[in-house]
Parts: sequence; structure tokens; C-alpha cells
Amino acid sequence: METKLKNKKRSGPVLFSEYQRGEGIKKALQLGRENILFELKTSGLKGRGGAGFPTSTKWMLTAAANADKKFIVCNADEGEPGTFKDRVLLLEYPELVFDGMVIAGFTIGAETGIVYLRGEYEYMLKSLEDYLSQMREDNLLGKNILGKENFNFDISIRLGSGAYVCGEETALIESLEGFRGEPRNRPPYPVDTGYLGFPTVVNNVETLASVSHIIFKGGEWFKIYGTNKSTGSKLFSVSGDCEKPGVYELPWGTKIKELLEIVGAKNTKAVQVGGASGICIPKSQFDRILGYEDAATGGSIMIFNESRDMLKVLKNFMEFFIDESCGQCTPCRIGNVKLMEGIENIERGDFTFSYINNLKELCRTMQVASKCGLGQSSPNSFISILENFNKEILHTSGKGKENVKA
Amino acid sequence: MLEYEKNSLTEEIENLVKQYGSDRPALLQILQSVQRKHKYVSDFAQQEIARLLNIHPVEVYSVISFYSFICSVPKGRNIVRLCRTISCDMAGKENVESAVKRELGINFGETTSDKRITLEYTNCLGMCDQGPAMLVNDQVYTHLNPETAVNILNGIK
Repeated sequence: METKLKNKKRSGPVLFSEYQRGEGIKKALQLGRENILFELKTSGLKGRGGAGFPTSTKWMLTAAANADKKFIVCNADEGEPGTFKDRVLLLEYPELVFDGMVIAGFTIGAETGIVYLRGEYEYMLKSLEDYLSQMREDNLLGKNILGKENFNFDISIRLGSGAYVCGEETALIESLEGFRGEPRNRPPYPVDTGYLGFPTVVNNVETLASVSHIIFKGGEWFKIYGTNKSTGSKLFSVSGDCEKPGVYELPWGTKIKELLEIVGAKNTKAVQVGGASGICIPKSQFDRILGYEDAATGGSIMIFNESRDMLKVLKNFMEFFIDESCGQCTPCRIGNVKLMEGIENIERGDFTFSYINNLKELCRTMQVASKCGLGQSSPNSFISILENFNKEILHTSGKGKENVKA
Repeated sequence: MLEYEKNSLTEEIENLVKQYGSDRPALLQILQSVQRKHKYVSDFAQQEIARLLNIHPVEVYSVISFYSFICSVPKGRNIVRLCRTISCDMAGKENVESAVKRELGINFGETTSDKRITLEYTNCLGMCDQGPAMLVNDQVYTHLNPETAVNILNGIK
């Protein structure tokens, strides 16, 4: 049951559409830097890790920076609970990811690309290294790539060691530099002070994979899919109570209920969009759309049917945050523990509504006062689950859970 | 630790420094290599790494203590990490968990007395569509049930 490099081809509008290795790089060399940035801007591509920062802006800032060295970092520290799209891209479509890195290197003037692969994915290392060797043989990496004079670029892979917070870009850079993966204050942003102090582009695996298609097929083509504010398509990692869990490529703007139909989910009570740090959406809101303007997500979709106890779900998420908080800032280090105490008190039916309100107040404090995205977003599930499922969790008499089965 | 063991560990770390360099970014890679081979980074190894990278030993310890895949105390020859995130949980993690505990006679966080296996939990392994999932060292196993999980563990040395 070990997972190895697979050749299973999927289908989808953008990422899973036809693409041959090197096509994007060839096109990029013809287009030149200005036109690449133009196509990228036209496409409206935003970061696929979840934060949604416009990719063209990130690249322009780094391209404009004056420095001896620049770096491209591919963030493959996929750790958000319920997310596994990068696993599929790296195992089945490595050409998209690596071509995207080469294109990025050409555009901003970097000679070094680094893939930060999460430690849990070490089993992919060998196949990815082999793939890179093949690219070197075909002159898609190395010196004077595809005959373009003075365009030198190579990619190395570095492993993480089991720290979720390293998916945060400044923590990732700290980790690459050989330190504890603690997030830095921003600004300065990595685009000017990144790896070893040099301008650095940190992009998600899926963002880089999208770039390869955009450069080969054009920004206008990409924009056909999705909505005005969320262009293109997105990979959704679907798990939980449904017949067909897995990775699906759907255009942004897809309604939650449409997605549930596609994956064969029945008697659905709730959908957690965006992983543990995302929001929990109840049945009454299944008309909402997936996109940066409504239910934003890095791709994690977890489905819960009527039999699930939402307090237990929330407790699982909170255990995760307590475990993964780096402990550097107080709101996150202490806040998550206090929220957990709250959950345990609710479990026992030992709470007052003013106490619950205090906990919600604490959530808001964490959202504004935490140093990085981890603590800023960990209260999301607490707030949305307590608000959307208050009847099941808080409005029962005495022992909180007697109306719901396991 | 015996003198010749020390010498060989020093030599090993010197080779790693040759391979990865003696700058700070090499630290994590060196620690990962030592961890992979010895299943922990001993006090002596920490001191040697610090000496060769020209940093204080506590800097090395500080990095070790941050990452859950690197440790400073000896563990079993094989480290088994069961995913405890909600998707695996809903797919039947609890049954796998209790079967594994019964079979090995230890709790999570413990090592078997023959040092064969250390049991740990881990957060999302990115196998949510194929849960329950676990890592045995660096290999991932999916679609587990109590029986297959136990068979896998009985098959490792």
C-alpha cells in the first residue's frame, strides 16, 4: 500500500488539462520577462496556499529588487488538515511544479530554486530527485537552459521535520536557514528580505503549477474559468463523509452544494472549508460559493454527515492547534489552550453563556493579536462551529451531548 | 558511550558537514541525517555538530526541540506515527489505535521493551482521502483496518 509515483491521468479545466514537460519554459523564453509578468497579471492568479496574494505582484516586486542573489521557494509544506492536493501534484504532475519554478527563476532573475517538502512526504523524495535529474539531462535545468545564454537555474529539495507552522512563509525561511521555524515579523516581506536576507519568492505548489499553464496558454485563457475576483480553477481535497473522496479540479465559484453532489455526499450536516483554520458551513448555507470573495480555501473540504458530533470535530481541531502552535506569541500559545478548556467544559455541560461570550471575545483577541496566520485563524473553527451549531452544542440541558449520537 | 563509538560518530558528522557545508542552513539537514540513522541525536552528537558549525550546543538543542521529527532521547528502531486528524478519525482511526496498543502492549508515546517500535500520533499526513493512515519511518500506509495495521507492524524488525 505504499504510495509511489503514479501515471494516473486526471481531467480538469486548467491544472489537469494537457501539458507536456518544458512547454511553459519554452514559451516563457520566447515571451521574455515583461510579457510573462503581463500574462500573469492578466490571469489574475492569486496564491493557492490560502492567503490569496496576487502572484504577479509578488513576482514584480522581486523582479524589481536590486540584489546579488534571488531565490524561488516552492512551499510544499502541505500541512493543513484535510489538504492533499500538493501530494497529487508532486506525485502525478511534477512537470507543472518544476516548470513553474524555472519560469519564476527566469522572470525574477534567480538561479536557485528550493522545494521545501514536508517531512511527512519524505517517501516522495527519491522520485522527485530522479525527475530533477531527468530535467537536467534535458537541459530544462542547469546552465544556459534550452540554449538561452546566461539563463542558469537549478532546483534542490529540502525536507521539513514535522512542524505545521513552517508552512507560514517566514517560518519556512527560518527553517531553511537552519533555525527553529518561528514566524518573523512582517514587514519586511520575503520579496525583499527573504532566504539569507535576499529577495525571495515563496509560492505554493499549486500556484507554481498554475503558472506553467498560464504562460503556455495565456492569461486570457485562464480567466475564462472562475469568477471576477477568483479567476481560474482550484484543486479541492475532499475527505470525510462522501462516496468519492479525493482531489477534484473545479472552477472557482462552484457552489458548495454542487461540490457535494459531485463527490456523492449524502445527509450532509456541515462542511469544513479551509481545513482546521477554515470555517464550518452548515446546511442552510450550502448555496455559498467557493472563492476568495466568499468561502476562501487552500483546498481543504471536509464533509460531516448528520451522525457526527460537531463538538468532537472542534475538539480535534483545537488539539491540533495546541500541538502545532510554535509558542512564540502569547495569544496563540495560551489562547488555544483556553479555548480547549472551554470545549472540555462544554463537553461536561459545565458552562454559562457569559463564559462562552468571554471565550468568543478571546477569539477576537487572538485574531487581531497573534503574530502569524496560525493564531489569527485558529479561532475560526471555534467561532463558526459554536455559532452554526449552537443548538446541538449549547442549547441542550445539563450534559451537552445527549441529543446527538457519537 | 565507548571511545570508538564516539570517534565513528565524529567522523560521520564531519562527513555530513563536508556534504552540507558548515553554514547555519546546513544544521537542519545534518540533524535530519543523524536522526534518520540513529533515531535520535545524542548529547555527544549535538556537541560535535555545534563544534563543527561553530555555534553553541544549546543552539543545536533548541532546533532539535522545535521539530517533532527530531529528538534528543533514544527511541525505538522504528517509529510508527498514526494520523489523528479528523478525517482519519472518522474513517476508523480509533479501532486501529486500540488494536495496535493491544498488540504491542504499549501506549502511544511509548517504546516496546525490545526497542523495536515507538508509537506516536501525528497530525494530518495528507492521506485524508485514504484514511486511516500511518507512517512507518518514512513510508506511508493507508486504508488501514485493525488487522492490516497490526500485520504491518508485526512485519517490521
